[in-house]
Amino acid sequence: MSQQPIIEIENLETHYGTRQILKGVNLKINPGETLVILGRSGCGKSTLLRHMVGLAKPTSGTIKIKNRDITKFSEDESIEILKKLGILFQGAALFNSMTVAENVALPLREHTELEESTIKIMTRIKLELVGLSGFEDFKPAQLSGGMKKRAGLARAIAMDPEILFCDEPSAGLDPIVARGIDDLILKLKRAFRMTIVVVTHELPSVFLIADRIALLHEGQVIAYGTPQELKSNENPIVQQFLNREADDEELDRERYLSSLVSVG
Amino acid sequence: MIEVSVQDVGNAKVLSITGDVDLYSSPEVRKELMALTDQKVKNILVDLNKVSYMDSSGVATLVEGLQQIGKYKGKLALFGLHSVVKEVFELSRLDKVFDIYPDQDSALEKLS
Amino acid sequence: MELITRFLAALGRPTLGLLVHLSRMSKLGAETLKWMFVQPFKGYKLRLRSAVDQGVRIGWDSIPIVSVIAFFVGLILAMQAAYQLKPFGATIYVANLVAVAQTRSLGPIITAIVIAGRSGSAIAAELGTMKVAEEIDALRTMGLNPVGFLVVPRVLAMSLMLPALVLIADIVGIFGAYIFSVGALDITSVRFINQTANALVMKDVLTGLVKTVIFGIIIVGVGCYQGFIVDGGAEGVGRSTTNSVVISIFMIIFADVIFTAIFLFAF
Repeated sequence: MSQQPIIEIENLETHYGTRQILKGVNLKINPGETLVILGRSGCGKSTLLRHMVGLAKPTSGTIKIKNRDITKFSEDESIEILKKLGILFQGAALFNSMTVAENVALPLREHTELEESTIKIMTRIKLELVGLSGFEDFKPAQLSGGMKKRAGLARAIAMDPEILFCDEPSAGLDPIVARGIDDLILKLKRAFRMTIVVVTHELPSVFLIADRIALLHEGQVIAYGTPQELKSNENPIVQQFLNREADDEELDRERYLSSLVSVG
Repeated sequence: MIEVSVQDVGNAKVLSITGDVDLYSSPEVRKELMALTDQKVKNILVDLNKVSYMDSSGVATLVEGLQQIGKYKGKLALFGLHSVVKEVFELSRLDKVFDIYPDQDSALEKLS
Repeated sequence: MELITRFLAALGRPTLGLLVHLSRMSKLGAETLKWMFVQPFKGYKLRLRSAVDQGVRIGWDSIPIVSVIAFFVGLILAMQAAYQLKPFGATIYVANLVAVAQTRSLGPIITAIVIAGRSGSAIAAELGTMKVAEEIDALRTMGLNPVGFLVVPRVLAMSLMLPALVLIADIVGIFGAYIFSVGALDITSVRFINQTANALVMKDVLTGLVKTVIFGIIIVGVGCYQGFIVDGGAEGVGRSTTNSVVISIFMIIFADVIFTAIFLFAF
């Protein structure tokens, strides 16, 4: 396939203080594809997402979105790219001082010259799409967790983005509501042919929505491929993750004892 | 980037759009469409043959046109939708709200 | 030897911490100036509507509490002054003392402390909560600069509203003294008003208002900064809110010392 990737990450290394989080991540995402970045807590997947949307600058390496390296962008340049991205945050990150409709309309009001009447209709279309029509004038605090996620999704797609990023879309939701969010992501993918990048550790969602999966482990991509390819991957860490086996750490008696009794 | 023109065809005015209708070009469409509804043109047809991409701002603009024309009981119909554009309407269930025809002739026929 | 290194470390660590805070704070200051005076000319909107909203919250909503406190302060000042002046039969000078003390010092400082507790803490808590809930990140990923969007409106509102509140506090404080003087000291209305008018010079009121602008910038600057550096959930928000009040009040009093010295020796 000689298709030009829409996102291309090369040798990405990042640090948090002196601790290295990402240790040379390479990743390609093709347009129209849904990539799920999978990994357990603390493997660096959220860090990777933050870098892809320009919220943090890496120590080294490049992130190219539509063939332009965003790690070297000035503020003005990133605004242009950011308009083409939509992001669903883990806690939805709705602005609590605004109503649901104002949240969705905010990027449109800020970045376009559209008439207020047009923006109003667009906002309603997006809310209808995520199943929240009638909730325009609600404040985020009045919504349930699942509804907040839906509203966050409506805001993320307000500008009809080319790429949608979702950070743990089903975190903190019960399985049925979580499934609803997954279905919604699938619907958006079909409808807008968006490229979607999802970060999660929830296995049920993964196989439902992913075209490709990247498994992140200790700051590196250790497996990449279609869900089928991943299932047949022989790497024990991959298998362990997919089979949800708990770590059975080898107990080093000496070290365990000394860690319990050492001073200071 | 986008061209909008208006012609008289039979008892209707046809608004032909050429180009992508997106966040930045839909104000142009809106301007032309509102000019027609302000004159209370009875029958408006929107030709989307040369529109290969339309985002929700384009859809919203057409909804606005429909709302305006409803005020004086005129008619608004769309024709020549590419499948991608049609999907955008279907997704937001707006294909049920608009009168959508395959081509100009069938649209004109229905109006008369 | 170890004692010396320990001593130096104990001295150095907080100093270093303070320097880091100072450098980050000045960065925030520079960024605010940029978004207030440079970016609006490059096509970025100056958020005046938001500034007005903030102005209502900081200014208008504070009028009752500021007025009540200023009234009592004026009353207390008048009573204390009367106690000192009575033996000399000079109770009419209560008017002078209260007018000058209120406009030059107590009006600005008491109002600033009330607003630091009321609005400075609210700013820190609000921005801190937004930080924790990823709302600040959400703004940035929408291409909206948090400084331009959140800080600038608050700075504009505060630097206009605090002087306005101080002006109210000055008038109400003097009114408190007037009530006491007319009621308890047998001074007639006309005499009190004349005496006050003669005692006050424009300079007194103006110097009070000038430093108030600085107090306002301290309150809003500390509040925003403490909000932005929140880390670690609800507990972090609480800590930053408390810090914002303590630091603001300290800085206000410290600034007042410097201002008073400058005004005393230079003008």
